[in-house]
Amino acid sequence: MSTRQWARDLALGARFAVTGGREGWTRALLTAVGVGLGVALLLLTAAVPNLLDGRDRREDSRQDHAYAQDTLRPSDDTLLIAHANSDFRGSDLRGRLVEPEGPDAPVPPGVNELPKPGTMVVSPALKELLGSDEGRLLRDRLPFDIVGTIGDPGLIGSQELAWYAGGTGLAEQLGSPTVMRIDAFGADPSQYTEPLDPVLVMLTLVIFVVLLVPVGVFIATAVRFGGERRDRRLAALRLVGSDSRMTRRIAAGEALAGAVLGLLFGTVFFLAGREFAASVELFRISVFPSDLNPSPLLVLLVAAAVPAAAVVVTLLALRGVVIEPLGVVRTARPARRRLWWRLLLPLAGVGMLVPMLGQGRHNGDFNQYLVVGGVLCLLVGVTALLPWLVEAVVARLGAGGLAWQLAVRRLQLSSGTAARMVNGIAVAVAGAIALQMLFTGIDSQYTRDTGQDVSRAQMQVELPDGVPVAPAAAAFEKTESVRDVQALSYGYAYEKLTDDPEEAARGAQLTVGDCEALRMLAKLTTCRDGDVFALTGADYDTDTPALNKPGRALHMQPVGDPTAPQQDVVWTVPEGVKSAAAVQDPTGNLSSGFLLTPGAVTPGVEKRVSGRLWLGIDESVADAQELVRNTAASVDPLAHTSTWVATERTTRFDSIRTGLFVGATAVLVLIGVSLLVSQLEQLRERRKLLSALVAFGTRRRTLSLSVLWQTAVPIGLGLALSAVVGTILGAVLLRMTATPVRVDWGSVLGMTGVGAGVVALVTALSLPPLLRMMRPDGLRTE
Amino acid sequence: MSIGHTLLGLLESGPRHGYDLKRAFDAKFGHDRPLHYGQVYSTMSRLLKNGLVEVDGIEAGGGPERKRYAITEAGVTDVAQWLATPEKPEPYLQSTLYTKVVLALLTERDAADVLDTQRSEHLRSMRVLTDRKRKGDLADQLICDHALFHLEADLRWLELTAARLDKLREAVAR
Amino acid sequence: MTLSAPAGSLLAARDLEKTYGPTKALDGAAFSIHPGEVVAVMGPSGSGKSTLLHCLAGIVTPDAGSITYNGRELTTMNDSGRSALRRSEFGFVFQFGQLVPELTCVENVALPLRLNGTPRKEAERTALTWMQRLEVDDVRGKRPGEVSGGQGQRVAVARALVTGPRVVFADEPTGALDSLNGERVMELLTEAARSTNAAVVLVTHEARVAAYSDREVVVRDGKARDMERAV
Repeated sequence: MSTRQWARDLALGARFAVTGGREGWTRALLTAVGVGLGVALLLLTAAVPNLLDGRDRREDSRQDHAYAQDTLRPSDDTLLIAHANSDFRGSDLRGRLVEPEGPDAPVPPGVNELPKPGTMVVSPALKELLGSDEGRLLRDRLPFDIVGTIGDPGLIGSQELAWYAGGTGLAEQLGSPTVMRIDAFGADPSQYTEPLDPVLVMLTLVIFVVLLVPVGVFIATAVRFGGERRDRRLAALRLVGSDSRMTRRIAAGEALAGAVLGLLFGTVFFLAGREFAASVELFRISVFPSDLNPSPLLVLLVAAAVPAAAVVVTLLALRGVVIEPLGVVRTARPARRRLWWRLLLPLAGVGMLVPMLGQGRHNGDFNQYLVVGGVLCLLVGVTALLPWLVEAVVARLGAGGLAWQLAVRRLQLSSGTAARMVNGIAVAVAGAIALQMLFTGIDSQYTRDTGQDVSRAQMQVELPDGVPVAPAAAAFEKTESVRDVQALSYGYAYEKLTDDPEEAARGAQLTVGDCEALRMLAKLTTCRDGDVFALTGADYDTDTPALNKPGRALHMQPVGDPTAPQQDVVWTVPEGVKSAAAVQDPTGNLSSGFLLTPGAVTPGVEKRVSGRLWLGIDESVADAQELVRNTAASVDPLAHTSTWVATERTTRFDSIRTGLFVGATAVLVLIGVSLLVSQLEQLRERRKLLSALVAFGTRRRTLSLSVLWQTAVPIGLGLALSAVVGTILGAVLLRMTATPVRVDWGSVLGMTGVGAGVVALVTALSLPPLLRMMRPDGLRTE
Repeated sequence: MSIGHTLLGLLESGPRHGYDLKRAFDAKFGHDRPLHYGQVYSTMSRLLKNGLVEVDGIEAGGGPERKRYAITEAGVTDVAQWLATPEKPEPYLQSTLYTKVVLALLTERDAADVLDTQRSEHLRSMRVLTDRKRKGDLADQLICDHALFHLEADLRWLELTAARLDKLREAVAR
Repeated sequence: MTLSAPAGSLLAARDLEKTYGPTKALDGAAFSIHPGEVVAVMGPSGSGKSTLLHCLAGIVTPDAGSITYNGRELTTMNDSGRSALRRSEFGFVFQFGQLVPELTCVENVALPLRLNGTPRKEAERTALTWMQRLEVDDVRGKRPGEVSGGQGQRVAVARALVTGPRVVFADEPTGALDSLNGERVMELLTEAARSTNAAVVLVTHEARVAAYSDREVVVRDGKARDMERAV
């Protein structure tokens, strides 16, 4: 067979794909959109490695951790940098205070000049936020003048909120872990990079599989659109002399054209999506379009695999069909579907996932191939099981009304078609249910794991060393959203101070606070100002009892710049120290050491402690947390605020779940459209029959109902099966992440509800044409 | 086929010479069998005797071919009667029927009526045959079928002609 | 045309007009039929004979004119009333495409009875006796796609007669059959109809089929001409 002959057959098929009137175009368009969405998703997947690389590179280049800060002395090329990260309404806010110590101080990437004190440079997204009404609150927290923007090289994502502001007196804070002296930006190449959370990696993989499989199924269905019409056309070609191989090549050409059109659509979708990606933030991550570059090899793979898959599906579909010159002969009644091999797929899927059960996030990576393979097998298993299920159930469906009988008989005659129509829906729903379960499970795990007692305090503010705690507490008392303030100061005191690590000195924590605040840490029966308590009950604490001798002098640990000379401050254990049993503080810790009421603090000690404030929040006040953060920033830009309110995390996962729900719904709607197309095609073929049925008095209701049953029965079965498989998959995934299994009935109901909605919609949309075709015009033969 | 009625019909559109009549006849109906002069003259003299035509005038020079004939009232009635009378259904009657249809068109009568009347007559025969077939033995059935098929062929021709009446009217009018 | 329905007629129509878009399918057509009578409606393609049948059967409403069935005016009846009439008093046979492909033959025959609310078992029992009369009881369990054209058409006739209709409307019932099968179907149809005193409105363009009728009506240009009464 010559190449030219091949090319001619393929080209002929390709022409058939796009000709054939409005219907032909609709079919070609649907196929192209379906394939295109799949291709866009594939390209996106292919771009993920490059995307992560780009982010890593940028992140590395702006690293500002000092790994050898002890050796760095102030010089012309050093910079003091302080981390002042914060949150704003659920978004990360990366903040840095910078103070050059000389003319050659390093400048962070993306920044032209270090900002002077009182000024700052900001990322474009932050600039926009600060300029908007929404950002007015944040404006109070960042009382600096904007003198410039941070360029792309200094940001990891287009929507990142970041700022650098000029600072003063940072050297005094050098003892705090958030303040450093550096002589260059950029990561130490020898630095150990933290691997991605294995659970997150698994989630990402599962999300892609769950979204790709229905698209794959949809492509397979889309390629079969108008199959019967095509078969008749092929039969006509056989009549004028094409042999059976030629017809197969023509069919392949037709599928190929649809797939190539789909590739074009997909490229357009991807490019459009890439531009759109710059303006969205998901998982607290935003990207630069320039980072979304699929590797050429993967692009080539997609470009080759999609058309090949379309051709293979078409040829497989033609396998059961003999196209003769005088018409299409379907291979006589196909053998009853067997269950055993259909069960193999999902069982194999479970088999691949089971070894990873209970692994959790702490036991290293999941085998990515097994995760993908397992999820894939389970989901594809749905498409294998569904035809069997539909056939088995439909064959047993008994008597009922006339509408029911018509629908059931029709399904019995062509259960394969019915199952194929709902396969996509079933797979999408199964995947979505599993993912929803996983998110809900992990979600509850995150909030449970903190162990924090949020009933006593919901936020905590850590003040930098040496910042007096009383004025800060007063500032928070005045904050609108704060109900309650408990202030404590922490310091450490040792028997003797030494730099020699070999010589371990005994030491104890000193905690300063009023009686009310101290009661968060210990059971105090009586407490008056001037009292000192020694804590008992903390694990492994042998130092406190040993040091609790009246008159014992303890040297306070210095704070501030370790390179600067420090004065020795001594606290002497007084007479009458009372014993007190430690209780869990709001973070779940048992404290040790000594508790000092303010009256027991000797001069100098107050300079060697750092304050921590526990805040009770009135959540009913709008932007309650943001107001607290603002106060903290006004107290000191380096004050660090943390939130223990569980609801913040929940809302973050809520948005992911909403995204997933929307995505799954979009896939379902796409499949619904294809359902509608085949439904209409089928109705048109029965036009004559419908008119005849109307002629001898069939009620419209009867026929409408039978159309409804005809869609509802297979979709109902599909949804039931996908609920089961989705729940199993969700449970397995939850067990893999070592999360207690809990069925998320909300998502099961939600997704099956959407599926049912699609049925209703498809039926509703096919009713007007049905009623139109039920008019007697269909009887006219002239 | 009745040459007398045909010639009468041809005269309805206006008086003609014998020679003209022959030419008109040949052109419209005598495709493979042109009419003899003698036939025309003998037919005309019979019609004359029966008062269906009259001599409209004789041109100078004498001789039978110089006579001009015109149709009488009785002649018109005779043509109408003939057209209205269904032909006995028999094989190969198309030519008669054809003549009737064309004449009906020429005389601006309803040719469709002619066809309908004929179909009705045919169907009547066919009903009798069908009934006989249902009650009869195989020989009866075969004999009846033979006749039925012939009649059916006629009827098909009738339908075909009826469907083409407009075209035929144009062709005839030329 | 007569102004009132001929005496004793079961179904009569006069002055029927019906327009489909630019084409006038019926233009003053009249028709009448007596109980037990078989009337052939003939005429060329596009003459409006199917439209006449659809109007007479109450499937479509004419734009003008009147149709009386058993003294009741069809043109003013609402759709559900006409549907009920079609279910209980009329039977239908079409050329093809009328059997529900996924139902078995006996289920197809039982269909009109079930539309009238007869329980399934009883409906299928009655259906079977009619299939025996039409000599197709051997294919009761098969689907329409698995039986021959002649058998399928006889199943359709059985279905048209199963409710004991007063009028059977047959639109080219033998159009897709060869002459032997066509004749068999016509014989069974007319015999069964005569035995139940049902009237048959038979639309056909085939003379040999029309020969099974008692008289014929010719439709031309939307006008129906009753040959017997005209002569």
